[in-house]
Amino acid sequence: MDFVQLVVSGLANGCVYGLIALGFVLIYKATEAVNFAQGDFMMIGAFVCVGLTNAEYMGLSFWLAIPLAMLIMAALGYAFDWGVLRHMSGQSQTSIVILTIALGFILRFAAGTIWSHEPVSLETPFAGQDLRFNGIVLGIDEIAIIVVTVVLTALLFLFFSRTKLGVAMQAASQNQLAAYYMGIPVKRIQSMVWALSGAVAAVAGILFASKGAIDPSAGLLGIKAFAAAAIGGFGSLPGALIGGLIIGLVEPFSSRYGPPGVSQIAPYAILLLVLIFRPGGLFSQSQKKKV
Amino acid sequence: MSGADDVILRVDNLESYYGPIMAIRGVSLEVRKGQIVTVLGANGAGKTTLLKTISGVMDPEKGIVVLEGKEIQGSEPNEIVYKGMVHVPEGREIFPLLTVAENIAMGAYTRSDKAEIARDTEMVYSYFPILKERMAQAAGTLSGGQQQMLAIGRGLMARPHLMLLDEPSLGLSPLLTEEIFGIINRLNKEQSVTMMLVEQNAAVALSVADYGYVMELGRIVMADDAMTLASSKDVQEFYLGISEGENQRGQRRWKQRKTWR
Repeated sequence: MDFVQLVVSGLANGCVYGLIALGFVLIYKATEAVNFAQGDFMMIGAFVCVGLTNAEYMGLSFWLAIPLAMLIMAALGYAFDWGVLRHMSGQSQTSIVILTIALGFILRFAAGTIWSHEPVSLETPFAGQDLRFNGIVLGIDEIAIIVVTVVLTALLFLFFSRTKLGVAMQAASQNQLAAYYMGIPVKRIQSMVWALSGAVAAVAGILFASKGAIDPSAGLLGIKAFAAAAIGGFGSLPGALIGGLIIGLVEPFSSRYGPPGVSQIAPYAILLLVLIFRPGGLFSQSQKKKV
Repeated sequence: MSGADDVILRVDNLESYYGPIMAIRGVSLEVRKGQIVTVLGANGAGKTTLLKTISGVMDPEKGIVVLEGKEIQGSEPNEIVYKGMVHVPEGREIFPLLTVAENIAMGAYTRSDKAEIARDTEMVYSYFPILKERMAQAAGTLSGGQQQMLAIGRGLMARPHLMLLDEPSLGLSPLLTEEIFGIINRLNKEQSVTMMLVEQNAAVALSVADYGYVMELGRIVMADDAMTLASSKDVQEFYLGISEGENQRGQRRWKQRKTWR
């Protein structure tokens, strides 16, 4: 009984980590930059949805607010790449990393100014409802998180393998120069990857906020998601999700069965172990070029 | 045969730099429709830089590039692909984790006519049957020669009027080189793709080319019909490795000056 509930809540948390990690990996693969503001993108995505759907703000329907929030976050991601990062080409990785850290701070304080620093909860149609059978109590929100993540992953998989734009995104990330030679507009594609990762962050944020409260510092969750991405191998999309699930599962079990405090350490301990024994991550996709 | 209207590519007094280093020092050349034109030269002569500048990957400091009557210097490569010129880069720059079929499909990124693309895909497979066999395989698992075939096939998918080929023989066995050049020649004759071919392997390049340029230190130093070039003393000595007497070879290398210096 206990076990099933721990697994479900662990998976639900893990899905949120995994989706943020997915955002990290998408951008890393496409542009070789790490977006340290990914967690804050998630937080802003949640707040945008709060702003659209909660009664004290615009009070739109929850089901309308989701696509709108995804669209707004996609636009934000595109705009950041187009307006800022594109002018940074040729600069060192470090300056881009610092830029994204700065962006994270800006987003955090902007969110605090707009929506206050107090925790807010997202009003969802299924808030607080439970699913009970055989003595097991599962929150609908947790089930919803898992289902949505599975559907989103399937959609992303189809997008990347079946559509021309998706294949072009892969092509541009594997060999930017060759993509350039083939007439693929690499810069625009990169902006679209930022848009995609913004939309994914919005979904992660909405899921996160639907099972608890959101406040402007929730973006710091991004650090845990970063660990998830590194465990998965940073270049691999399935790796990011699985890394997220591993961390998500380890947390509730270590806090239930382990001594106090272990659950906070466990994710990073796993990261350390992975980095020592499999430095490329669990699902590293390294490809040596033939000469 | 001559006449300004059959010139598909004209490069006039092109100069380009790597930082402060001038890599192309005022190159002018012409490629006529239907021809295979080769640019020969040793390592570091500036051949690859020349192609990159023509195809828009690098921007020239000075000079013009005219493709089918329109100036294109300084344009982005994706615009240039739309205008009918494709660059098959040196070293088989394929997409290693995509399948062979996806790689080929990416060559047609700038096109949207599905039926035509399907027909061209079949055309590419007919020239490179091995690619059809391997179409579901990740391109990074192909051998070097197959990757070169893939790079050329992918370039064809853009339906180019002019194809820039950078060292297609690089790292290939003599037998494979011959096979690839045979296909390049057939594509030129049967699909009427004009080719501009940059090579270190002068013998094989001159065997398929109609016209040739010799490049040294960023300049064109010789230009003539491929036949004439192949029989010229200088080209034979310095690019084809043919010398008059085996035993005096060492001495001759030191004594003979290139006539263009």
